[in-house]
Amino acid sequence: MIGFQLTRRARPSRAMQWLSPILAVALTLVVGLAVFAALGQAPARAFHAFFIEPVSDANGIAELLLKASPLCLIALGLAIGYRANVWNIGAEGQMYIGGAFATGLAITFQHDIGMALLPLMIIAGAIGGMAWAALTAFCRAQLKADEILVSLMLTYVANLVVKYLVYGPWQDPQANNFPLTVSFEDNALFPLLASLGWSWFDGTRLNLSIFLTLAAIPLAWFFVQRTFMGFKLEVGGLAPGAARYAGFSARGTVWVAMLIGGAAAGLAGVTEVAGPLGQLNDRWTPGYGFTAIIVAALGRLNPLGIPLAALLMALLYLGGEAAQITLQLPKAISLVFQGLLLMFLLGCEVLINFRVKRVARPAPAAAKT
Amino acid sequence: MSGSLTPLVASALAAAVPLVLAALGELVTERAGVLNLGLEGMMLMGAVASFMAAAHGGGLGAGVLAGIGAGAAGALVFAVLTLSLQASQVATGLSLTIFGTGLSAFLGRDYVGSRARATFDDLPVPGLSDIPGIGPLFSLNAVGYFALVAIVAIAWFLYRTRLGLVVRTVGESPTVARSLGMRVARVRYGATLFGGAMAGLAGSYYALAQFKMWQEGLTSGNGWIALALVVFSTWRPVRVAVGALLFGGVTAMGLYLQTIGIQVSTFLLASLPYLATIVVLIATSANEQARRRNAPAALGKPFFDGD
Amino acid sequence: MNEPSLLRLERIEKTFASLRALDGVSLEFRAGEIHAVLGENGAGKSTLMKIIYGAVQPDAGTITWRGEAGPIASPNEARARGIAMVFQHFALFESVTAVENVALALPERVPLRELARRIEEAATRYGLPVHPWQEVHHLSVGERQRVEIVRCLLQSPRLLIMDEPTSVLTPQAVDQLFETLRRLAAEGTAIIYVSHKLEEIRRLCHRATIIRQGRVVGEVDPQKETEGRLAELMIGRTFPQMQRRAKTEGAIALELAALATPPAGPFGTPLAGISLRVHAGEVLGIAGISGNGQAELLAALSGETRVDAQSIWLCGEPIGALSPGARRSRGLTLVPEERLGVGAVPEMSLRKNALLTAYGQRLVRRGVIDRGAVAAYADRCISGFDVRCGGPEAPAGSLSGGNLQKFIVGREIEQRPRVMILAQPTWGVDVAATALIRQRLIDLSAQGVAILVISEDLGEILEVCDRVAVIAGGRMSPARDVHETGAEEIGRWMAGGFGAGDAAPATEAERVA
Repeated sequence: MIGFQLTRRARPSRAMQWLSPILAVALTLVVGLAVFAALGQAPARAFHAFFIEPVSDANGIAELLLKASPLCLIALGLAIGYRANVWNIGAEGQMYIGGAFATGLAITFQHDIGMALLPLMIIAGAIGGMAWAALTAFCRAQLKADEILVSLMLTYVANLVVKYLVYGPWQDPQANNFPLTVSFEDNALFPLLASLGWSWFDGTRLNLSIFLTLAAIPLAWFFVQRTFMGFKLEVGGLAPGAARYAGFSARGTVWVAMLIGGAAAGLAGVTEVAGPLGQLNDRWTPGYGFTAIIVAALGRLNPLGIPLAALLMALLYLGGEAAQITLQLPKAISLVFQGLLLMFLLGCEVLINFRVKRVARPAPAAAKT
Repeated sequence: MSGSLTPLVASALAAAVPLVLAALGELVTERAGVLNLGLEGMMLMGAVASFMAAAHGGGLGAGVLAGIGAGAAGALVFAVLTLSLQASQVATGLSLTIFGTGLSAFLGRDYVGSRARATFDDLPVPGLSDIPGIGPLFSLNAVGYFALVAIVAIAWFLYRTRLGLVVRTVGESPTVARSLGMRVARVRYGATLFGGAMAGLAGSYYALAQFKMWQEGLTSGNGWIALALVVFSTWRPVRVAVGALLFGGVTAMGLYLQTIGIQVSTFLLASLPYLATIVVLIATSANEQARRRNAPAALGKPFFDGD
Repeated sequence: MNEPSLLRLERIEKTFASLRALDGVSLEFRAGEIHAVLGENGAGKSTLMKIIYGAVQPDAGTITWRGEAGPIASPNEARARGIAMVFQHFALFESVTAVENVALALPERVPLRELARRIEEAATRYGLPVHPWQEVHHLSVGERQRVEIVRCLLQSPRLLIMDEPTSVLTPQAVDQLFETLRRLAAEGTAIIYVSHKLEEIRRLCHRATIIRQGRVVGEVDPQKETEGRLAELMIGRTFPQMQRRAKTEGAIALELAALATPPAGPFGTPLAGISLRVHAGEVLGIAGISGNGQAELLAALSGETRVDAQSIWLCGEPIGALSPGARRSRGLTLVPEERLGVGAVPEMSLRKNALLTAYGQRLVRRGVIDRGAVAAYADRCISGFDVRCGGPEAPAGSLSGGNLQKFIVGREIEQRPRVMILAQPTWGVDVAATALIRQRLIDLSAQGVAILVISEDLGEILEVCDRVAVIAGGRMSPARDVHETGAEEIGRWMAGGFGAGDAAPATEAERVA
C-alpha cells in the first residue's frame, strides 16, 4: 500500500539500538518546532524558551535535577519489571501511597522522634509503594488478572485515598478546610544541599534525596547484570518457555518485578512529600509515574540510559512550565510532547529489527479479503 | 418502590451507553487480534473534537462526525505503528493514551467549563417510556438507540457474515489466514479504525450528551473500564451490553444511595467503578481454560507478513 | 507414463538472509502421477513447496504451468490454477466449523448449506468421513487431516501437494490415505508427496526426486530402488555406524508409578496411569505419534506440572511434587523438544544460556553470578561437544540447529546427571551432529546413566535404544527389547493395541539405587 517494504534482519542492529532514541528525539523536536510555528510563535524563540532558558542558571539546573530524580528512580524500578514482561502501569498510584505512608509517620511523630524520623520515613515510603504494588502482584500472580488494568485502576483508587486522607483525618485543622496536611518540620524533610555547605546550590530547592537516586543507578545496574534474580527476570521476559524449563517461578518473577517497581515509586513519593512539597495535599499529581514509563522506554530499559532519558524528560517538564508563563501555552503541551516522543520512539524501533526499502509496487492482483 | 428505581435505571443506562460503544468497537478490534490500549486517549480526542465542532456552529451532525473522525485518526496512528512498523501493541496503546490525554487538554484549553452548544436530547418512545422500571430503556437519545442497534448489528456481523468470519479467523491465526490468501493487515487496519471510530463516538457522547460540557479528563478512566468489559464479556457483543449495564449501575449507585439517605464517603463511591473493574477482571481471569478458549488466540501478538 | 507435463520448474534459486535454501533445482510433475519429493529436514523441500504454492517467490528460475511460463504470484493464483496443498501442520482454524474452514479457502462464495452437501458428497466418494458442522477443535488429528484434504478436493485440483501427511497417522489410517491418493491419481490428478519416509514412498509413488542441501541429487523410480539406496541419496554418504556396547541391567534409576495427569489444555491428552522403569546404564525409548501424551509426560517429568509425589521416583526418592530446580539438583537433566525459546534463549549468549540450567553447578554464589565459573562451564560445553559458533558470547539464535542442539545436550551432560531425559533429540539436526549426539548418549549410558528418549522418529529409537515402549492415547505399552520387536508390532501399539502397562511398581528393595 505505502510503497515501503520491511525485511527482518538476521540479527538486531547494534547501531540502531543507540541511534533510534536519538532519531526519535530529533523527530519530536522537529514536530515541536512546527507546532510552535503553527501557534504563531517564532520557532527559534520558542525553542529557546522551552529548552534553553529553564536551565540557564543554577536554580534552573537544580529544578531540572529535582524533577529528573524521581523520574529516574521510578523508571529504574519499572524497567526491571518491563524487562521481565511485567507491565506495571500503576507507578503513579504506588508513588501516592508511598508518600502517604511517609506522611502518616511524619505528622504523627515529627514532634516526638528527632533525627531518626527521616530514615524511618524513607523506609515507610518504600513499604507503602511495595504494599500498593503487592495488590497488583497478588492479582496477577495468584489470580492471573492482567496487571496493566489492575495497576491502572489502583492508581485511580490511590488518588482517591489521598483525597480522602487530606480532606478527612489528616487535614490540617488550621488550614481553613483546604485539603492539605500540616507542614513537615525540619526533621521530616530532606535537608537542602545549600544548607549542607554546597553554596553553589544556594537559593535552590535541591535536597539530599538526589543521593538516593544516584545510589539507585549502580544498584539497578548491578541487579540487572550481575545477580541471579536479575538473570531470572530477564529470561522470564525474553522466553517464558525457557524460564519454565529452567524452573524459574513465573509467580516469583511477577512479585519481584512489581515489588521493585513499587518500592522505587514509593521512594520517589517520599522524596516529593519530604522535599519540595513539605506536606501532602490533593494537588500533588505530577504524573511522574506515567512519565517514568516513557523514561524507561527512552532509556531502552537500560540502567545507564535511563538517567539520560530522565534528564531529557525533566527538561520537557520544565519547558512546559516555562511555556505556560512566557508563551501562554497550557501545561498539557508537555504531555503532548511526551506522547509524541514515545510514538516516534516506537516507530523508530522498527529500524532495529528490520531493514526498510522503498519498493515500486505494481497494482496488487485482485484478491479477496 | 419501583418508582424510585427508575432514576437509578436511567442513570445506569446513561453511564452504560458510552461504555457499550467503546467496548463494542474494541471487541471487533480484539477479535481481529489487535489489542488497542489507547481507547481512553481516543475517547478524549473524540470528546474534545465533537465539542469544538459543535461550539463552532456545526450542530450535532458535525459534532458526531468530528468525534468519530478524531477517534479514527488516533486509531490510524496506532495501526500504522503496530501493524506496519511492528511496534509493541501495549506500548503504542499507552503512548496514544498519553498523547490523546495531552492533546485533548491542549486543544480544549479555551473551552474548559463552558456548556456544549449543541446537545443530544432524549427521544422518548410514547407509551413505552412510561413503564415503571424499564421505562428509561425507551427514553434514550439518538446515540443511545444507536448503541442498542450496534449490539445486534455487530453480533450479526461477526457470526453471520463472511467478513465477520474473516475477522475472527485473522484473530485466531494470522499465519494460517495469510497462507489462505487473506489480507491480514488490511482486515486488522479496518477493525482497528472501526474501534477508534466507536471510541470517538463514545467520547462525543460524554461531551454532547452526558455532561454537555468539556473539561480535562472528561472520561475519567472509562476507556480502561471499557477494555476490562471486553474481557468480561468473553468477546461476545451481547455480554458487553450486560456488563456495561452492571458498570453503569455501579456508577449510578452512588447518587442513588445518597437520594435514599445513606451517607457514604464520596471518595469511596467514586472508587467503586474502579474497584468493580478489578473484581470483574479477577473473576473472568480465574477460569483460565475458559479464557484461553474464548480469547482470540493471536491477540496482542505482532504479525509480520514476510516471516 | 507419458502424460503431458503439468508443472515444470527449471533452475529455481532461493536465498533467505544468509542461507541458500534452493540452488538451481529443476523438476517436473505430470498429471496422474504420484511424485515423491524426498529429503532430510532442512534440505529445501518446504521452500520448494512454498514456491509452487505461491507463498514465496523464487530469486531465479522459470516455472512453466501447462505449457505457459510465468510466476505463481500468490496462493490465490495458485488456487485459481488448480494447485492445492494439504499442510503438514494443518491450515485450519480451530474456533470455527469445518464448513466455515472450507468456505474460507474457496474463491467463490457458496452458501454454507450447499457447501456442507458438497463436503459430504466428496467425503463419501473418496472414503474420508467428515462432519461438516463440527467445530474443528473438537476433531481428532486424523479427522482434521480429512477436513484439510476434502477442502483441497472441493477445489478440483489438478495438482495436489501432500506435505508430510503421515507423521500424525496410525498405520491403518495411512492405508486409507494411500487408497484415496491412488484413486485421485487414477482420475488424472498430479500428486506431489513430500516426505522422508522411505518405506511409504516405495509403497505409493511412481517417481521420486531426491533433494539434498538445496540441490536435486537424483530422480528415480522408487519401486526399483532399495531403501538403503534411497537413504544414501538422501544423506549423501553411508550412515555412520554407532558404537554400541552391551546393555547392563543396573538398579532402577527412574520409575513412573501409575502416573496420571489431566490434559495440558483444551486439546491435550490426559495421562492414564503410566508405569515404566528405566535402569541405570540403559537407554529406553518412548515411541509414538505426536499428540498422544508426550507433552504431558514431559511436563510431568520436568516438573513443570506437579504430580503426586509417589508417581515419579528418582533413584529411590519420590520426586513427583518437586520443582524443576529441585529435580535437577538431584541429578535429573532434560533436553526439551524446542531448542529456541525453551532449551535456550535465542537473544542471550551461549554463556548466559549455560547458566539457564547449570546454575546448580556452583555458578551462583549468594545470589551473585560467578562469571568466571559460568565462562569455564560454557567453554567446556562448547569445546567438548564440537559446537561451531562465533565464540561463547555469540547469541544462541545465531547457531545452526545442529550446533545449538550439541550445546544444549552438552550443557545437560556436563551436569553429571544420574538420569537424563531427551525429547526429539535430533529433530532438524544435521547428520554429523546427529551422529555425535547419539554416540555421546551411548557413551553416557555406558557410564551408568539412565537415559530416556522420547521421539517420533522410530528409526532413531531403534538405533540408539536398548528397550522401547510406545505411548498412545495417554497410555504406555509394555517396554520391549529392541531386538525382540519390529515396526509392525510397534505400529500396532501406536494404534493402542496393547494390554496393561509395565510390570507392577517396583518393590522397595528394587528401587533403592
